[in-house]
Amino acid sequence: MDTFILIEIVAKIVFVFAVCLGVVPLLVWFERRGSAWIQGRVGPNRVGPFGLIQPVADVAKFFFKEFWTPANANKWYYHLAPIFALVAPMAAMTIIPFGSHLVIGDYIINLQVARVDSGVLFILAFAGLEVYPIIIAGWSSNNKYSILGALRGASQIISYEISMGLALLSILLVYGTFDLHKMVEWQNQRFFGFLPAWGVLVNPIGALIFWVSTFAETNRLPFDLPEGDSEIVAGYHLEYGAMKFALFFMAEYVAMIMASALMCTLFFGGYNLLPGMHALVDLIVSVHGFAEAGRQNATAILQFLSFFLKVSFFMVVMIWVRWTLPRFRFDQVVNLGWKILFPLALCNVVIVSIVMYSMN
Amino acid sequence: MGTVNVSREYTLKEKIYVIALFQGMILTLKRFIDGFFFRKHYTIMYPEQKRNYSQNFRGMHFISVDENKTENCTACYLCQTVCPAECITIVAEERNPATNSYGVRKEKRPLSFDIEALKCCFCGFCEEACPMDAIKLSRNYELSVTSRQEAVYDLKHLKREVKGRG
Ligand code: SF4
Ligand code: SF4
Repeated sequence: MDTFILIEIVAKIVFVFAVCLGVVPLLVWFERRGSAWIQGRVGPNRVGPFGLIQPVADVAKFFFKEFWTPANANKWYYHLAPIFALVAPMAAMTIIPFGSHLVIGDYIINLQVARVDSGVLFILAFAGLEVYPIIIAGWSSNNKYSILGALRGASQIISYEISMGLALLSILLVYGTFDLHKMVEWQNQRFFGFLPAWGVLVNPIGALIFWVSTFAETNRLPFDLPEGDSEIVAGYHLEYGAMKFALFFMAEYVAMIMASALMCTLFFGGYNLLPGMHALVDLIVSVHGFAEAGRQNATAILQFLSFFLKVSFFMVVMIWVRWTLPRFRFDQVVNLGWKILFPLALCNVVIVSIVMYSMN
Repeated sequence: MGTVNVSREYTLKEKIYVIALFQGMILTLKRFIDGFFFRKHYTIMYPEQKRNYSQNFRGMHFISVDENKTENCTACYLCQTVCPAECITIVAEERNPATNSYGVRKEKRPLSFDIEALKCCFCGFCEEACPMDAIKLSRNYELSVTSRQEAVYDLKHLKREVKGRG
């Protein structure tokens, strides 16, 4: 293989993972301080400026805790689950396009780790994997609370996967492609000359259903039944301590990043520039006198920036919702999934297909 | 009697839920803005700021002293007897009659007076029982120690010149 391509791929992988894992502590910090601000508290503010080093201190603490395994746990699966939990959303990150392409010399670098033609299927496969760590962790720890959490998690994730799949289907009908890169390019057009053609404007119900389902998929409040601290202690990860717990904890945030990135890519224009950023590109190009390649590179960097801003917005919304809504009761969760979202998603698919058919 | 199901009719607005959801989100956003921009919080920043407890708060004991800095305690053992946790240990001694200026008022004195704070339940019975108003409970609640031995307070530690509840 060409050395340049090898370096390119490695650099992209390192970049994506570094950004992901680098955002996690910030997100944890924001979750804690943000919740404090909402509740009229102060939050962690002692370690480092504004308490920003607090997550690092927490991880350091986790490293020094005892590596403890319950006596009757199934050791192999018990240790497999946290790894699984972190790897599944991380792997799904590889197909998210975070910019169009960079031009270096004669080379064109696609800003996407793996350009998979069937990107959406890849996502569904990895979203499906997210239920396994919960089941494996709950079952293998040999604890009744864990198994209850695992059962709840399994039923919840599987029910919401259906509405999530249908919402995806409805937006696939609009784009007519499985490739995430092409989807983002589709959203680059404009309606009536000024409105960005984001998926959410074409298919708002699909976007809403998808967004609600991702909450259930990532086990965030108001759908955190598998954890349900007030009822089943900590649910599926009750028997995990030290770094193994930290892995579950990190996995939750990586899954959040993944869900937000997906929401952004599918429904909110992906890496397309935010309104007004085109003027910024023109400005930068005119100031530095860039040629075509320079213009493309400047655009790509700003595209990454807009993608990052959009994804951050969704992550903030996830945190915001978490500190607004209380946990649903289990029957409410199942009713919402099967009696409201599922028929709604189905109707949406039918309507979108009729509209798309009549338009072509 | 079986289960009484108390329920009411929900209006359409309540059933849709999304409206209430946005109302709630706006409420938390307001709180967030209060906290983030205006730094509004109810937290007492503990080591710098301290909570002002009521005068009735029962914290660590002290033994009051008179104008000559002599402890008021006359080693009558009433506090040791009444203490439900049995955490007070007193060893009594007679004051030297030659140098005792108090006369009959303070004939005895505690040679040692130990309170094991870890056993104490801060009930305040010792304070009630004391005929000399010698043992009192202060408002000091910062009692953390690094070993059990440090939590045994002796006479030297307890004797303090404090007015009222300190
Ligand atoms: S406060 Fe109660 S428990 Fe503590 S020393 Fe006095 S009598 Fe004993
Ligand atoms: S502190 Fe009071 S009750 Fe206790 S021995 Fe001294 S005088 Fe008696």
